Amino acid sequence: MEFLNHFGGVFEPTAFLLLLGGTIGGLILGATPGLSPTMAVALLIPFTFQLQATQGLILLGAAYTSTVAGGAVSAILLKIPGAPANIATSLDGHEMARGGQGAKALHMSFMASGVGGVIGVLLLIFLTPVLAQWALAFGPSHLFWMAILGVTVIGSLDSKSFVKGLLSGCIGLWLSMIGYDDIQGAQRFIFADALTGGINIISALIGIFAIPQVIDMFSKARVQSSISALEVERQSVMASLKETFLYKRALAIGTVCGSVIGLIPGVGGQIAGLLAYDQSKKFSPRKADYGKGYPEGVIAAESANNAMVGPSLVPLLTLSIPGSPTAAVLLGGLLIHGIFPGTDLFDNHPQVAWTFINSMLIGQVLMVLFGIYIAAYAAKVARIPTPIMAAAVMVLALFGSYSIQQSFGDVQIMLCLGFGMYFLEKFGFSAAPLVLGLILGPIAEANFTQGSMIANATDGMLPYFFGGPLNMFLIALVLASIAYSFWTSMVAAPAKALAQGAAE
Amino acid sequence: MNASITQHRIASGVILMVAAWVAYISFTGEPVEAFLFPRIIAMVMLVLAAWNFFRAVTGVSKVGNGVSWALARTIAPGLLIVLVYIFFAAKALGFYVSSFAAFVALFAAYDPASHTNAMAWLKRMITALIFVAIMYGLFALLLKVQTPRGMFF
Repeated sequence: MEFLNHFGGVFEPTAFLLLLGGTIGGLILGATPGLSPTMAVALLIPFTFQLQATQGLILLGAAYTSTVAGGAVSAILLKIPGAPANIATSLDGHEMARGGQGAKALHMSFMASGVGGVIGVLLLIFLTPVLAQWALAFGPSHLFWMAILGVTVIGSLDSKSFVKGLLSGCIGLWLSMIGYDDIQGAQRFIFADALTGGINIISALIGIFAIPQVIDMFSKARVQSSISALEVERQSVMASLKETFLYKRALAIGTVCGSVIGLIPGVGGQIAGLLAYDQSKKFSPRKADYGKGYPEGVIAAESANNAMVGPSLVPLLTLSIPGSPTAAVLLGGLLIHGIFPGTDLFDNHPQVAWTFINSMLIGQVLMVLFGIYIAAYAAKVARIPTPIMAAAVMVLALFGSYSIQQSFGDVQIMLCLGFGMYFLEKFGFSAAPLVLGLILGPIAEANFTQGSMIANATDGMLPYFFGGPLNMFLIALVLASIAYSFWTSMVAAPAKALAQGAAE
Repeated sequence: MNASITQHRIASGVILMVAAWVAYISFTGEPVEAFLFPRIIAMVMLVLAAWNFFRAVTGVSKVGNGVSWALARTIAPGLLIVLVYIFFAAKALGFYVSSFAAFVALFAAYDPASHTNAMAWLKRMITALIFVAIMYGLFALLLKVQTPRGMFF
C-alpha cells in the first residue's frame, strides 16, 4: 500500500495544474481526428524537459489517458474515431447521436471510460510491485530475451504481415545501433554528419509518429468535408450516471477485456474496444439492437479502451518493456530524466513512480468530470480544417525535435525518419515494431554485451543465453509469438480469403 | 502488370539492398567486438528482407497499397514545401520567419478556398501569425530554447 503515501505529490500546485492541463488538452487533442494519442504524447515530450521527472510524467500520463477517452467525442458526433481505440464506439455512439441522444452517449462514454480506467490503474498499482520484485531475479541474458520478446511480440501482433512486422523490428534495432559504440568507442553506420551522435529517441518518435500523419493529412486536406458534428441535446448527468450503471454486464466485459489486453504487449486499444464490443454483443439478450444506437455498445467499447491504459504500463514500469507505442513514448519521457524503469524506478525513485501512477488515478476522475462538461465544445474545436492541422503539427514537430538538444541534425533525422516511415507504411510496414526496436535496441545490446562477458568468464555463450528455466521460458515466448504470427498471416488469413472467394 | 506489385518489388528490393549493406558493414567493421550484436541483427534482417523480396517478386506480398500517381501528385507540393522548410529555410531565414512562411504555404497549398481570394490569404496569414506567436511564447519565452535566427528571426 506504498502508493497511499504518495498521493500528496499529485496535489502540489504545479503537478495538479499540469494534470488538469494534460487532461483538458488531451480531451481536445483526442477529439481531433488525425491526432493519435501516441503522436500527441510524442509532441508533448519536449515540453517536459524543463519540468521535474514527476511533473513531466504526470503531464504525459494525463494526456495519454484523456486522448484515448477524447477520441470518443468525434467518434460519437462526427462518426470519425479520434483514435483507432474508438472505432467500436462509433458503431452505436453515432447512431445514438443521430437519434437525438448525443449528450447521453457522450456522458455514458466518459463514465464507462472512468470506470474502466480506474480499474485499469488499480491493476497497475497492485501488479507493478509484484512484477518489479520478480524482475529482481532477471540477469543480463533474461533482460536480453525480454527486449527481443518486446520486439517480436509487437512485430507479430501489430502488423498485418508476419515478415514485414519482424523486418520493421529489425530496422528499428539497426537504427538504434547507429552512432558510437558505448564500450569500444567505434563508429557504426555513420553515413552522414547528423548521425554522429546517434539517433535521438525523442526526435525519432516525433518523426515516426507525427510526420506520416502530416503527409496523410496532405492527402485528405483538399477534400471538402461534408461531415458536420451533430448537435447535442440537454441531458441530466445524474440520469446518465444511473443509466450507465444499469449496464453492469457491458461495463464488466469491457473492463475485463481492456485490462487483459492491456497486459499483452502490442495488442492495443483498437483490439480492446472491438473485442469488448463483440463479447458484450455475444452475451447480450438484445444482440439485434447493437449497431442501432444501443448504449451497451458504447459502454463496452469505452470501458475497454480506457481499462487498457493502466495495464499497458505494467510491462514498461516493471521490465522496461513498453507494451504499446504510447508506452514507448512514455519510456522516452522517463529516459530523458535519467530514470530507468524496473526495479531502479521503484527502489531509487519511488516518489516519481507512485506519484505518476496516482496521478493517473486522479486523472481518470478529472477526465470524467471535464469530459462530460466540455465534450460538446471539444467537438467544435475538433473541426479545425485539415490544412491548418497539418501545418501546425509540422511546425510543432520542427520546434519539438530541435528543442531536445538544440541540434539541427535532430530535426533533419526527424524528417528523414518521418518520410521513410510514411512510405514504409504504404508498403505494409508498421511504426510500432520499428519504434520498439529503436527503444529496446540499446537495452538488448547492453545486456547482450554484459551477458557475453559473464558467459566468457563462466560456462560459455550457449549455456548462459539458452540454459536455465527462465531463459527457456522467454525463448519459448519469443518463438510462440513468431509462430502465432506466421500461422495467422501464412495459414489462417489465406484460408479465410479462399473461403470468402469460394462463397462469392 | 499491376502497378502496386511493381512498386512492392521496387520497395522490397530497396529494403534488401539496405539489409545487405548493413550486413556488409557489420561483417567488415572493426573492432569485431563492437559489431558482434549488429552482426546478429544484420543476419536476421537480411534473411527477412530476402524473404520479403521473394514474396514481392512472386506476387504473394500484397499488404499495403503502395503510392498511386494520384496520391503522389496530391502530397508532392506538401513534401516539397516541408523539404525546403527543413533543409533550407529554417536555418537561412530563422525558425520563426520560416515557420510563418511554411505555415502559409502549406495552408495555401491544401486550402480548398480560392487562391485569388484576398480574404482567404488574409485568413491564412493571420492564422499563421497567431500560431507562430504561440510557438514563440512556448519555446522562446517559456522553455528558453535558442533557435537559429538566420537572416531574420
